[in-house]
Amino acid sequence: MQLEVNITGKSFASAAGKRHDVLDNVTFTLNAGEVGVLFGPSGCGKSTLLRILAGLDANYQGHIARSPGMRLGMVFQEPRLLPWRTVEENVRIAAPHVDDGTLSALFEVLELSVHRNHFPGELSLGLARRVALARAFAIEPDFLILDEPLASLDNALAGRLRDQIATLVASREMMTLLVTHDLDDAVRLGDRLFFLSPRPARILHVETIAAPRAVRGEPEIDEIKRQLSQLDLANM
Amino acid sequence: MLRLLSFALFIATWWIASLLIGDTKLPAPPAVLSVLIAEARSGALFVNLGATLARVALAFTLAMALGSAIGYLMGRVSLANRLGDPWLILLLNLPALVVIVLAYIWAGLTEVAAITAIAINKLPTAVVTLREGARALDPALDEMATAFALPRGRAFRHVVLPQLAPYIAAAARSGLSLVWKIVLVAEYLGRPNGVGFEIGVAFQLFDIPLLLAYSLSFAGVVLVIETLLVQPFETRLTRWRLRAA
Repeated sequence: MQLEVNITGKSFASAAGKRHDVLDNVTFTLNAGEVGVLFGPSGCGKSTLLRILAGLDANYQGHIARSPGMRLGMVFQEPRLLPWRTVEENVRIAAPHVDDGTLSALFEVLELSVHRNHFPGELSLGLARRVALARAFAIEPDFLILDEPLASLDNALAGRLRDQIATLVASREMMTLLVTHDLDDAVRLGDRLFFLSPRPARILHVETIAAPRAVRGEPEIDEIKRQLSQLDLANM
Repeated sequence: MLRLLSFALFIATWWIASLLIGDTKLPAPPAVLSVLIAEARSGALFVNLGATLARVALAFTLAMALGSAIGYLMGRVSLANRLGDPWLILLLNLPALVVIVLAYIWAGLTEVAAITAIAINKLPTAVVTLREGARALDPALDEMATAFALPRGRAFRHVVLPQLAPYIAAAARSGLSLVWKIVLVAEYLGRPNGVGFEIGVAFQLFDIPLLLAYSLSFAGVVLVIETLLVQPFETRLTRWRLRAA
């Protein structure tokens, strides 16, 4: 499984008829087992890029080569659960073939076991995010998209969820693309970091982290972060 | 308990009014009740109520099914909306009487004509309500369904239909009351049985106890159906909302 992204441009017309360029030149390749991180300022077009990669927006210039039969799992920025279905139903509707054991294990890792029969309206944002995560993993995706899965959670909660995501990502050979604007999350979860410019977005710098995620210790993470913070991204 | 009290108040008001106005214009409750019992004994009451109910059921189902489908299409596809909108406005504002009379003229004094005419009267309100519902569908959930490659049928059942449910319930509620009103007119004008027909007979003979007996038993049936069928259905549909509160 492989994803080849070669977008040469994306723009849309505003209500006033003016043309806005959102994406400039975004080219990268993602391989199975790899976690790519899109890192960039707010509003730089990351979500637009994700929508294109997810096949939700076909109106762009360029080309994306997906392996045939690729299964997509997506965690949107807002959980986008069906409020009229329970937690378990939400997962099963997206993944009707998931077996009970897999589902139980998934709920166990994400600490959702007691919430199986709750409705999304009864959950906090953190819990709803984890349900969205469970749904994306339950379909056993070949390509996983995570759009700021840790945003607007407090530090302790974000840290726990980050560890849970790391566990789940390691449990399956798939391509993962994570969007974040938190450097710490990027360095802890990613294998390759794509630094994006402000709008219209293009890739300024690609950082490959050689050490596997599991053995990446605190000193190494701090060192990588230190080096990255010295990059003069504004003048690239 | 409160309902019983309210019912008792109604009977009392009626009785007092009949004493004030006089028996010829407003017969007292016992007089109406005895006519009601006589009609029930002869079986005429049930035949007529049954005929009316069957017409309501058929016309209502027809109008809801067709109206929902058209409304959904108009809310989703802008071409369908532009094509259908003038017709919709025409139908919405066409008096029920015109539709019924024309149906009887063109299709004869038949059951098909009656049911079609009733359904046509209800159809546009169902279309309007469902069109609003289809317009209000959450695009974020549509995207979710697309991203997860949900098959059309499953997406419709789990993503679209629950969002339309309150609109379907609203269309059913307002549509049912409309059908209750129009069915009697259609029967009065061109059917040989049904509550509307009996009320027509009572009107011509100035038989006020008979008129009231049929009107009240009809109102009773409406009340029973509303409480036993429509309201529990609405509660079930919004179950997840109640729990979320």
